[in-house]
Amino acid sequence: MMENDLAINLARAQFAFTVSFHFLFPAFTIGIASYLAVLEGLWLKTDKGVYANLYRYWLKIFAVVFAMGVVSGIVMSYQFGTNWSVFSDKAGPIIGPLMAYEVLTAFFLEAGFLGVMLFGINKVGRKLHFVATLAVAVGTFISAFWILSVNSWMQTPVGYAINDVGQFVPAAGWWDIVWNPSFPYRLIHTLLAAYLTTAFAVGAVGAWHLLKDRTNPGARKMFSMAMWMAALVAPAQIFMGDLHGLNTLEHQPAKVMAMEGHYQSHPDGAPLILFGIPNSKEKRVDYAIEIPKASSLILKHDLNAPLAGLDTIPDQDEPPVGIVFWSFRVMVGLGFAMLGIGLWSLLARSRKKLYDWPWLHRAALVMGPSGFIAVLAGWVTTEVGRQPFTVYGLLRTSESAAPLDAPAVAASLLAFVLVYFVVFGAGIIYLFKLAAKTPEAHEPTPDDAPIRSAGITPAAAVLEGDHEEGVAP
Amino acid sequence: MNGIDLTVIWAGIIAFAVVVYVIMDGFDLGIGILFPNFKVGPDRDTAMNSIAPVWDGNETWLVLGGGGLLAAFPLAYAIILPALYAPLIAMLLGLVLRGVAFEFRWRDPAHRARWDFAFTAGSVIATFAQGITLGALLQGITVEGRAYAGGWWEWLTPFSLLTGFALLVGYALLGCCWLIWKTEGSLQRQCYSYAGRLGILLLVAIALVSAATPFLEAEYYTRWLAYPGIIATAQIPLATLIISVLYFRSLSKQQEAAPFFYALGLFGLSLIGLAVSMWPDVIPGSITIWQAAAPYESQLFMLVGAGIMVPIILAYTAWAYWVFRGKVGSDGYH
Repeated sequence: MMENDLAINLARAQFAFTVSFHFLFPAFTIGIASYLAVLEGLWLKTDKGVYANLYRYWLKIFAVVFAMGVVSGIVMSYQFGTNWSVFSDKAGPIIGPLMAYEVLTAFFLEAGFLGVMLFGINKVGRKLHFVATLAVAVGTFISAFWILSVNSWMQTPVGYAINDVGQFVPAAGWWDIVWNPSFPYRLIHTLLAAYLTTAFAVGAVGAWHLLKDRTNPGARKMFSMAMWMAALVAPAQIFMGDLHGLNTLEHQPAKVMAMEGHYQSHPDGAPLILFGIPNSKEKRVDYAIEIPKASSLILKHDLNAPLAGLDTIPDQDEPPVGIVFWSFRVMVGLGFAMLGIGLWSLLARSRKKLYDWPWLHRAALVMGPSGFIAVLAGWVTTEVGRQPFTVYGLLRTSESAAPLDAPAVAASLLAFVLVYFVVFGAGIIYLFKLAAKTPEAHEPTPDDAPIRSAGITPAAAVLEGDHEEGVAP
Repeated sequence: MNGIDLTVIWAGIIAFAVVVYVIMDGFDLGIGILFPNFKVGPDRDTAMNSIAPVWDGNETWLVLGGGGLLAAFPLAYAIILPALYAPLIAMLLGLVLRGVAFEFRWRDPAHRARWDFAFTAGSVIATFAQGITLGALLQGITVEGRAYAGGWWEWLTPFSLLTGFALLVGYALLGCCWLIWKTEGSLQRQCYSYAGRLGILLLVAIALVSAATPFLEAEYYTRWLAYPGIIATAQIPLATLIISVLYFRSLSKQQEAAPFFYALGLFGLSLIGLAVSMWPDVIPGSITIWQAAAPYESQLFMLVGAGIMVPIILAYTAWAYWVFRGKVGSDGYH
């Protein structure tokens, strides 16, 4: 039993590690793909060189992120089987088809058009190239759709029956399974998170270059676009996050109890614990700073509404409180910081100082990684908060694993850690190098391969000379 | 009745995905295997450029094979993957290393040699692991109830190592023939000179695997070597022989596209041979496709998607290949 526990914990660590690394890349590619589609669309519409240059600037970054997303994603599609085979056998008849739809409708679409998007502008012309960009952008969205449907079904399973060999099989229609209760909220919340992640990454790159040269047209354009996104999407995300939380309260109350740090029930209005140290042994939050009754106000829209606590949940069904409590606060805190930057940018814009306030630029630079951190924190909140189940309330994590052997799992975990740190570490350094390059008036093409004879801007001749810079660090 | 039909159809779709994967990622993995032999500079860049726009799409068929197996035959997925734990993890890490090399080698010219090495190492590891996986599946997996019950090294046998090496040779040959088709000049000449030797090596490998297979399981022996099965199955080695002759003739005539397609033919026949041995089991000797099948509702739901999407996927994939048709240079397509 001890041996088995160790193996399962190692398998969980492995999944957490590989999925966390993976999630960073699609969270970024979903946003950049849409951003690229907007840039190319604007370029086609206005014929302004600044859009074409920004397109090529971000296309190079996109190519690196996308490659890392693809290879780390293939790992995920096999890890269900290598480490979680009992889960795969039992949940396969329901989640398998959804994931197959992801492959059929999203992965092929992205991969099929990516080559044309990266290398094909001279082969197919501007309009068809724009179609390829759109196809890739739509592909990232469809991919998010299916995989979040799978994840949401694991959180809020519906429409299933259990057959004689213990498998979850579809019982109601597939519509119910796909659109399970938490899915619409999770989908929108995650997509907005991807857009915010990209907005703040793009904004930080723009801010960096503005701090060096506030007249650079590429830096100004990307900073302005990013700040519009921040100002518009951050409040929408906070609103959406609240709805998602209410949905979670309805379907997974124990997760919300852990997020709130409510070990005890509060029959007449629960306090909102801002900070504190969850003490699961004593079942209380130490050093809590709290606003009386505010939690009931947020969750029930009534100051005196009773809220149940973890004392109503059997111990063996409780999620780990500490991790969920903290990751939730990190996510929410960053969300409000993003809102702050968005409002600040609106103020600067209204005074026509958007490109002139270095402190705004410095703040935006510091906030560059905020989206990635918030996305991971949110993911940890929802996934750890789902424990101790893989299929919520129905299949325990401890009963989902493959017939694992601790040394084998430990060895593979070590291999993943080593390879990921070296490979993705290098990749992230390359991203910084690409982003550190000043956006030029005539951005070189993404890579050596194909585009040489004619550029995608009117200034074709300049591209010839710029070519070598495309591969320089 | 309907359920049975769908199970067979799904077995066919998974087999189709595997075949397409082996053919398509085969040549780009093969280029990775041969990569150290190419001269640093334009030759290597050309070899890389010939697959840069398509490798990602090629690899997606592997995800369809894995994802499709989970969806249509969850029990098989749940048994095969733990049984092949080490080779599959190695394959995934190999694919990580080679996949990023496509981008990274251009981003970091100072360390290009390292990423070229990662490209080769990843390709070799992934290919060898896939070959081992095929061999280990063919030789059988220990199953108890609904789970894998063998040890962590059950996959490691002389036979699975042989299939690992065979696949290395096979993919290298496909990559070689792809480059004959897509390049010119010194790189093409070099590939012509490899193609003959690799062809002979592949035939030896096919012969060894074919000779060993009937002795893995009594059922295989009956199918391949006993009367009357042999009348049908003997056609496969016969066809292999004919295609081999055509392959070598096309090389001696210095044809450009034909060797690639004959090489694909050899792969196709080997995979048909694999299917003849395994059918109708998904795990030979223990689990049939019907035992492993997902319920009818799952299969039907996916079949609608596959029926609509696979033709569309094939169409735009073909279009993407068409866009990048013709000879490729070190600095771009012309």
